[in-house]
Amino acid sequence: MSTPTLDKHSAALDAAENGAAHLIKVTFRIRRFNPEVSEDASWQDFELEIDPKERVLDALHKIKWDQDGTLTFRRSCAHGICGSDAMRINGKNRLACKTLIKDINPQKPITVEAIKGLTVLKDLVVDMDPFFQAYRDVMPFLITKGNEPTRERRQSAEDRERFDDTTKCILCAACTSSCPVFWNDGQYFGPAAIVNAHRFIFDSRDEGGEQRLEILNDKDGVWRCRTTFNCTDACPRGIEVTKAIQEVKRALITRRF
Amino acid sequence: MKIHKYDTVIVGAGGAGMRAAIESTKRSRTAVLTKLYPTRSHTGAAQGGMAAALANVEEDNWEWHTFDTIKGGDYLVDQDAAEILAKEAIDSVLDLEKMGLPFNRTPDGTIDQRRFGGHSRNHGEAPVRRSCYASDRTGHMILQTLYQNCVKEGVEFFNEFYVLDLLMQDVDGVKKSAGVVAYELATGEIHVFQAKAIIFASGGTGKFFKVTSNAHTLTGDGQAAAYRRGLPLEDMEFFQFHPTGIWRMGILLTEGARGEGGILRNKDGERFMEKYAPVMKDLASRDVVSRSIYTEIREGRGCGPDGDHVYLDLTHLPPEQLDAKLPDITEFARTYLGIEPYTDPIPIQPTAHYAMGGIPTNVEGEVLADNTTVVPGLYAAGEVACVSVHGANRLGTNSLLDINVFGRRAGIAAAEYSADAEYVELPEDPARLVVDQVERLRTSTGTERVATLRTELQECMDANVMVFRTEQTIKTAVEKIAELRERYRNVSIQDKGKRFNTDLLEAIELGNLLDLAEVMAVSALARKESRGGHYREDYPNRDDVNFMRHTMAYREVGADGSESIRLDYKPVVQTRYQPMERKY
Repeated sequence: MSTPTLDKHSAALDAAENGAAHLIKVTFRIRRFNPEVSEDASWQDFELEIDPKERVLDALHKIKWDQDGTLTFRRSCAHGICGSDAMRINGKNRLACKTLIKDINPQKPITVEAIKGLTVLKDLVVDMDPFFQAYRDVMPFLITKGNEPTRERRQSAEDRERFDDTTKCILCAACTSSCPVFWNDGQYFGPAAIVNAHRFIFDSRDEGGEQRLEILNDKDGVWRCRTTFNCTDACPRGIEVTKAIQEVKRALITRRF
Repeated sequence: MKIHKYDTVIVGAGGAGMRAAIESTKRSRTAVLTKLYPTRSHTGAAQGGMAAALANVEEDNWEWHTFDTIKGGDYLVDQDAAEILAKEAIDSVLDLEKMGLPFNRTPDGTIDQRRFGGHSRNHGEAPVRRSCYASDRTGHMILQTLYQNCVKEGVEFFNEFYVLDLLMQDVDGVKKSAGVVAYELATGEIHVFQAKAIIFASGGTGKFFKVTSNAHTLTGDGQAAAYRRGLPLEDMEFFQFHPTGIWRMGILLTEGARGEGGILRNKDGERFMEKYAPVMKDLASRDVVSRSIYTEIREGRGCGPDGDHVYLDLTHLPPEQLDAKLPDITEFARTYLGIEPYTDPIPIQPTAHYAMGGIPTNVEGEVLADNTTVVPGLYAAGEVACVSVHGANRLGTNSLLDINVFGRRAGIAAAEYSADAEYVELPEDPARLVVDQVERLRTSTGTERVATLRTELQECMDANVMVFRTEQTIKTAVEKIAELRERYRNVSIQDKGKRFNTDLLEAIELGNLLDLAEVMAVSALARKESRGGHYREDYPNRDDVNFMRHTMAYREVGADGSESIRLDYKPVVQTRYQPMERKY
């Protein structure tokens, strides 16, 4: 048998293994909107007892399941991979399932509202169609010429690494809906679409880079970016969004990618 | 009510649905209906890889892969289907690469491969590198790549359309599918989709468990719709518990972590898998590892103040390796547990992960109405289906493979069928069942709440039909589910509106979970043996004499309207592998 290696426990591990719930009282201040009921949006407070180690999504579920079944939001995987539950929590775009209550100061009311720049349909649910349209517009698929190889295309580990960061995108819209340019002008492609263009422009296997760059050279394209870094801050996958946009801009000038 | 007409309708837009759509859109007018947006599907949560005997890094071949799949499934696998799975795996992976999937690469630029549970060299000699992967986000990359190619092919999606019913007609004594009925979440409107061919690819049903790696939305909608229309469900007692879910949360930590060298340890720091699986150790099949973990816990060697979990130890692996190969799961440990996996072991427990059973199909993806009769025009692929390539226990990396191989097959077969077929006439008032169901829930003044019933169901399933089962625990579950089904008739919701009524959606989903939980428990009660993911402490051995057969569960409705489950059995297809005792 192999030697035990786990004699020392860190304080963090001890805390993680402490299963006892320490409930605290938290107020959630949620932006409600339902045009079936009223044309006006309004804030509504919900108080609940919850363990601060739980997610904001857990709190929203508790409210929906125990207090008000009409509270409406999208969610699916609950661990930050499906991209359903981007929302504005305490003024910042985050995924509700990746935000723990203890990390956002539960002493004060926690505000939750829909992401900005997309039409709110009900409570925290927005119209995602313009967002996905911008994504489709950048031709987000591998474009190649000539005959297909019999086996896989070869790609060096370095070439693969070149676009790794932008393959992580889960299309949650946290970046695009944090962008002040997008708020003011819904025609702008927005960071997420550019990230997904980047993912292919810098893929050594792809031969459609020029076409995508021309699309992004448009007046609503990459030049609208004002480098405010909101998108990078907002990305729940840690993608360096602004850097990716800068790389696309540079590629447009140098035509080298 | 709106009526739409398509050649082919696909229900679900995860890996299987989109892989099918790419094929069927090229060949027929296709609509894809999904209750989410395509990129939200749970294929995206798969992590470790997709098996294929590419032999890029060491000797391997598809015959070894076939054997491992059959052995992994404890010989309940249909061997003709497993052979197709393993053989077509190679092209399946290459197809994805050509579609753009960014696999990790070997130094010479080919697709890199790593070890995974139950995959071995030469029929069990030693672990083999068979899993093709993209970091620990292979499912994400597959889902994105398939969606990208759907965009390229111009696949027509109906997003947030929730399919609630399958329309079946009797045509000259033959059961045929005529279409599906969907509820549009945004408006509350009901849509009927008439189609010559229908493919169910709506995913799993793990949400009837409490600790699960499954998304909130995995509620067995396709299985339930088929079952209610008289189609059988196969092998529903076989559910996989993945060994390494984050303790209490159930969030998946890939088996790839052990493929990269991670080790399971008990409170004494002991590498306990050496006792249970001397050759494959931490890379034994998932059912074996999950039982071993619970054995450690039951015998007092669990970790933490309550001794109710064990550790996944990655601390001996170089941080660069974790960053390159396992970045997402190490981040999950940081985010959700607040620990640093470079230096801390990760508290884990088995988590309800995957339904081996489902809607029975043949290898073309055609749905079976009984042991042999095909339902013309009706197909299923992915976790909703049971081909059966997974038998009593699925091997890791074989599900991403399954959705690609059988998604593709179903897409081609359905489109070819709809090219020549005529529409089956819709039944009179085709949406009646759905309209009644929706209106009943929306106007009910009952006193039961969805969340309460769902919590009771999940706690009952975790306590009674998880890794260890006995006659008594299963009977407890059967009784509790019956009680919950009765109380469900008295359920009401608070949201009475039409717009994005997720309160209503959850109520409907609960109804599906209750139906399927009952099928699972009743099927499990009748299987008086232990095989793969179904472990009966009162019958601890595999019994090939009496139970080398698939369970087929049918819903029966009596003259008085009473419902019951009738169990029948289907032979296992065996070709070249004789059942042997399973050792790892």
